[in-house]
Parts: sequence; structure tokens; C-alpha cells
Amino acid sequence: MKSTGKITGAQALIRSLEMEGVEVMFGLPGGAILPVYDPLIDSSIRHILVRHEQGAGHMASGYAHATGRPGVAMVTSGPAATNIVTPLADAYLDSVPMVVITGQVAYASIGTDAFQECDTVGITMPVTKHNWLVTDASDIPTIIREAFHVATTGRPGPVLVDFPKDVANQMMDWYWPDGVDMPGYKPTTKGHPKQVKDAAKLVVSAKRPVIYAGGGILKARAAEALKAFAELTGIPVVTTLMARGAFPDKHELCLGMPGMHGNYTAITALQQSDLLITLGARFDDRVTGKVGAFAPDAKIIHVDIDPAEQGKVRRPDVPIVGDCKQVIEELIKATKAEIAKHPQADISEWLATVRQWQVDFPLYYEQEEGGTLKPQFVIEKLRENTPEDCILASGVGQHQMWASQHWSFNLPYTWINSGGLGTMGYAVPAAIGAKVGRPDRMVWAVDGDGCFQMTAQELVTAAAEKIPVKIAILNNAYLGMVRQWQELFYEERYSEVYLSPDLPDYVKWAEAMGCVGLRCDNADDVVATIEKANAITDRPVVIDFRTDYREKVYPMVAAGTSNDDVILHPALNGKKEASRKGGAAEQAESTDQSNKER
Amino acid sequence: MSFNARHHILSVLVENKAGVLTRVAALFSRRAFNIVSLAVSPTEDERFSRMTIVVDADASPLEQIVKQLNKLIPVIKISEIAHDEGVEREMMLLTVKAPVESRSQVTDLSSIFDAKIVDVGFEALTMMVVGAPDKLDAFSDLIRPFGIVEMQRTGRIAMPKLARQPTKLRAVKTARG
Ligand SMILES: Cc1ncc(C[n+]2csc(CCOP(=O)(O)OP(=O)(O)O)c2C)c(N)n1
Ligand SMILES: [Mg+2]
Repeated sequence: MKSTGKITGAQALIRSLEMEGVEVMFGLPGGAILPVYDPLIDSSIRHILVRHEQGAGHMASGYAHATGRPGVAMVTSGPAATNIVTPLADAYLDSVPMVVITGQVAYASIGTDAFQECDTVGITMPVTKHNWLVTDASDIPTIIREAFHVATTGRPGPVLVDFPKDVANQMMDWYWPDGVDMPGYKPTTKGHPKQVKDAAKLVVSAKRPVIYAGGGILKARAAEALKAFAELTGIPVVTTLMARGAFPDKHELCLGMPGMHGNYTAITALQQSDLLITLGARFDDRVTGKVGAFAPDAKIIHVDIDPAEQGKVRRPDVPIVGDCKQVIEELIKATKAEIAKHPQADISEWLATVRQWQVDFPLYYEQEEGGTLKPQFVIEKLRENTPEDCILASGVGQHQMWASQHWSFNLPYTWINSGGLGTMGYAVPAAIGAKVGRPDRMVWAVDGDGCFQMTAQELVTAAAEKIPVKIAILNNAYLGMVRQWQELFYEERYSEVYLSPDLPDYVKWAEAMGCVGLRCDNADDVVATIEKANAITDRPVVIDFRTDYREKVYPMVAAGTSNDDVILHPALNGKKEASRKGGAAEQAESTDQSNKER
Repeated sequence: MSFNARHHILSVLVENKAGVLTRVAALFSRRAFNIVSLAVSPTEDERFSRMTIVVDADASPLEQIVKQLNKLIPVIKISEIAHDEGVEREMMLLTVKAPVESRSQVTDLSSIFDAKIVDVGFEALTMMVVGAPDKLDAFSDLIRPFGIVEMQRTGRIAMPKLARQPTKLRAVKTARG
């Protein structure tokens, strides 16, 4: 520890952030955090002034997803702190590394109901990995080091540092700690060798194995290791909503997304598997459907860095606590050693079955010539007209599911969405954060009209800061996902889901926010409109795509039902019956142009 | 609080810092776990406190409780003290009606249970009993007919029995780290 003279707590905070390598932070000042905004002027850190604190939190999250570095947000006390609770809860469920700094009333006034006082540490305790109230300026460097350490190691997650105003003004002797000393925090990263060996034995003997890859692959930066493991064993891979891009969609072993709106093959492969090699996934209810009926014949290998995930939902046969990358690399070695002893079980029959499902039950929609614009068509055209490494963010709803289904993800860290919390309004700020972190990449957001209205004002931030993100609103004039549930499960009794296609006028709104606003209401103009948007690089662009409000997301596994009961697009239903009777092959050829195999 | 197979005693060593109790309590409510009793006290090392938490849970939820508790950063170490592998004690204070007519019966009973009379009034006595929880249960059952005015129990504290194997998390087979 080097001591280099007296500075204020506020200066120590900024200096500590610089020491942590922070290049950019998202925030909005106010009374309690004022002292910290002063030394910020002299700092190398870029500050992006948001229009709402929720925006700051989601931008930090988008930045973290895109770069792998912790996102940093700073806001004042009271209402600003409560405004950032949603992004914290969001990041907590999706394990996103974030450091949030909140101003607090003077330590001496805490508990007096002072102006803009709220119990930020208490409120955010259940939605952070850890949080700290700074009570003495001399603790600042230690706490900031700990905060970044906790946010980025083990299972990543958001942390919060609550910073009272008098502590910011207190003088302290600057130092920078050599490391952290946290006796109660020691994440296990290396998998237990015996468990890894047991896993390898299961891997080589399974007849219907599937790799169930989750967001942990991306957090552990294990995409390459995953690919090597899949190719070594020839085992097919499903990528959950949080893991899209962790394994290339165009890879022949990729089965795409499982779950409530996954494709038939991914869902059914998990369901009929005899071994799930679960890598950084957590058996979320959106993936398992009815838990008791999930993958009934499967043995479970579960690799997760969080011991509490082992056995939380499904009891694993081989639990391995550790970092996904390290464990997969060890598993590759162990599997090779097993294969050297005796060959891997033949899985060709299983692969053939899976391939046949892909042929029989593709993702399906129909864009009629001259008919209403289909949202899926927009996403496919977007994909075709953007670079492979384009980053796609999304909101929450039907558009999110279509984006995940119909976009082809072939690189890690190209998909940014709110999976666990399902936070409407995530797309715009997350895309902005991603673009700040990766200015070299094209960044698109696919958003719903409902979602867009929740956080659109951050496009003002983007325009002001020259962050040229592109937003495709799939404007179906409805809270579409809710409408879908009301249509299917509430006898088409639509309750409070209509939004109107024209109110607000998204083009005018975009223009008012300093963006370019475009509109497209038919299939013929989709590509031209996308090209126009792609050509604009100095400002954000918003396209108002007028899409068919009747379109529903298929396949679907209704909440609480078994994954055996996949509801297919009505046009495919006949096939399922045929396939059940064993006549799938004859029905296999599909003539429809827009049929997509995945 | 007689013996209950769903009751598990967790002895939790935590950092002696502000807010730790809140974190533990908040975790129990956030994950919908039930606390039967909780006692917190300083330890021989001033950096740490010890919480003795009696939880009401089956084995599998208990495993989740332990793992989730372990994720709290101020939590250093958790041991489960099985009923047959630990020494459990609890203290009870109780005020019992003891008019002259029945006073001697009350004091007789209290001496059988090694209860100490800590306060005396005209019509009532306040007693203190220390012991294993079932002893306290038995005493309060037997004294109840005389009329309990007020009763308080501290909740259990427990320590592993000496000269046996080290304590282990019996219900937790897969937890590490
Ligand atoms: C903050 C928030 N409020 C409510 C919901 C519930 N919800 C889930 S999807 C959805 C509809 C989203 O509408 P829109 O953005 O237009 O997307 P669409 O489904 O139409 O594509 C709603 C209201 C939510 N997920 N988040
Ligand atoms: Mg909509």
C-alpha cells in the first residue's frame, strides 16, 4: 500500500474507479452525490449523462454484456437510488457484473428521514451480490476494490456502494490496496477432478446426450472450449435465451433455443435425452416447463460456479462446481482419456432422430406476397443485411422471442437481452451501453412498441453523446405477448393490451429526440429501409415497422405444462400427429419459401 | 419446542460487521425459509460473531439454505450441529403465579428442574431455567397449571460435543467452496 497525501473522499472514489480501469460510467447527478461529480470533471473517465437512472443501470448492463468488463453507474440518493433498483434486479438474475454507486445523505443524518434519504442498502440487499455503506473515507479504496472483485469473480453480479455526502467531503490518506482480504468470499473455479472424471464417463457412454449450454458459458468466456468439446464428442448443443451466440447457430451441432418459445428440436432433444451436460445453465422454469416432467430419462451433469445452483431445481448425478471454461477444458482432457480406453457410445441414431425433427418441425411463419408485414420477416431481413458481428439487443415480449429465434447468432457477445427478470424497456439503454463499449460494431435493437415507450428517452442521451444505435420497433400496436396469452388462455378476452399504432407517432418522436425516424409498413420496403438506416452513422435511427398484430410466437409450451406438449404453429400440427405415428419421413419435404430449418 | 426432525441447528460464523443480521434475516425471507430461533453473540475472536439458527426445513431445502447462506459475503463458515452430536442449551425466564397456598409446590417443582428463583413478589415468582430445550418444554408444561404470567426463551445455542469427529454438514453432500 502506497500512501500519497490527503485527498477528499470524493476524489478517492474517482481515483479508485480509475485504478480499477473504469473508462466510462453512466449516471445523473443530484444533491447527495454532488461532491463526487466535481472531481469527475478532472478525471479520464467518460461520463454519459442519462435521462433516467433506469437507463444508466441498463446501459451499464449492456456495456458489460458487450465487453465482459463491469458496467459502472452512478446516481444520487433517494428517488435516483430507487430508479436503479430495476436494473440491479435485472442484472442480479442475469449475473451481469455491475458496480452501482449511489449518493446518500450525510452519515450523521442517516435515520432522520432527511431530504432524499432512503435505505438504499436495505432496499437493494436482495437484488445485489453484495452492497456496502461507506462510513469512513479511509475505507473507500478498500471497498471499491472489493466491489469490483465481487462483481466480476465467481458468479458475476451487480454490487452497490452507498456513499454518504459527509464521507465524500471527509479527508483521507490516499492508498491503493494490493488485493482484497475477504475471508467469507472464495469462489471455487477449479472443478473437482474426480467429478470431472465421473462426468467424462457419462459423456462417453450416453446414447442420447445433449449439451445444455447457458449464459454461464458467456460469463466464463468459454465459447471456444464449448465448441471444442462439442466437436470432440459430436454431441448436439442447445443454447438458452441467455446463451444465444455461445455456440454458432450455423454449426451443424447447434439445435438453437429450448424452452417456452424454443424450437421443437431443442425442446424435444432435452426432453428425450439420456444425459444433459449442463454447462452454466440453471434449469430455469422457462426452460424446464413443468419440472417434474422435464427430461425424465436424463442423467444430469451440472457445471456451475455457484454451488447453490447444484440441486436447486434438479438434482444432478454429477455436480461440478467451477468456472465453465476451466471445467470444460478439464472435461475435454478427461473425455479424451476415456475415449482412449474404449470408444464413445454410438450416437448416430440419436443424431439422425434429431435431424429429422429439424426437418419436420422447423420454425415457421408465412410472409404473404403483399400481405401484412410479419415481424419474423423483419428480423430475417435485418440479419441478412447486417454484418455477422452486429450486436443485437432486445426488449421483452413477442419481439424478443422472435429475435432470439430468427436471428442467426454466430459469435459470442452479439446478443443482449433481459432473460431472468424480463424487463420491458431494456433494449434501448442496453443497446446504447453496448455501442459505448463496442463503438467498432454495428448495434441494432429489436424493440416492442410497448417496451420502447418505457425507456425511449435514452435516445436523447444517445443523440447528445453521438452514440449511433439503431432501433427496429416491431410495432404491432399491442402489448403483444400479453395479448397472445389472453388470446390463447383467456378466451380472447383482451384486457388492457391495446396501444395504437399511431399514438405516439414514433417517427416524429425519434426526430424530436435527435434521431432519424423511418417507417416501413410492407415487406417490399423492408430491405431498403434497413439499408437506409445502416447508412446513417452519425445519429441514432429508429424504424417504425408496422407488423401484423395477429402473429403469435410459436412453438409454445404453455406455462406449467410439460415440454412433451409443445404447441406448434397451426400449419405444422398435422405433421406432429403423423410423426407420432412414425410417418414423419414421408411428410418431411416442405415447399414453403419461408420455412426455416434450425 | 420438543424434538422435531425438521428442526436443524446451524452454527454460523459471521464477520462482526454492521448489517450482517439483516442480511441473514433478509435471505431467509427472500428465499421463503423459516427460522425457529436465532441467537447472535460475540465469539472468542472479536472479528467474528456466531449465530445459532434453528431452521424448520426438510433435508433438501436445508441444503439450499446452507448454500445460499454461504453466498453471503460476511458468512465465514457454517456447521450443522446434529441433535446427537452437539450440546444444546437454552435459557427461559418465567413468571408464575405463586400465592401463599401454592408457593411451596411451585418452589418444589422448580428445584427438581434446577430452576433459580430470580425475583419474588407477593403473588408471583420469576424463575430462570437453563437446559436442553426439552427440559425447558417439560418444565413449562408442568408449571403451567399454576398459571404462567409471562414467559421468554432465548432460543438455542449449541456447540459440537468434544472428542468426536469434526462437525459436518450432514444434509449437504454436494456443497463446496
Ligand atoms: C416492466 C414490465 N412490465 C410488464 C411486463 C409484462 N409484459 C411482458 S411482455 C409485455 C408486452 C410487451 O409489449 P411490446 O413491447 O409491445 O412487445 P410485443 O410483445 O408486442 O412484441 C408485457 C406487458 C414486463 N415484462 N415488464
Ligand atoms: Mg407490441
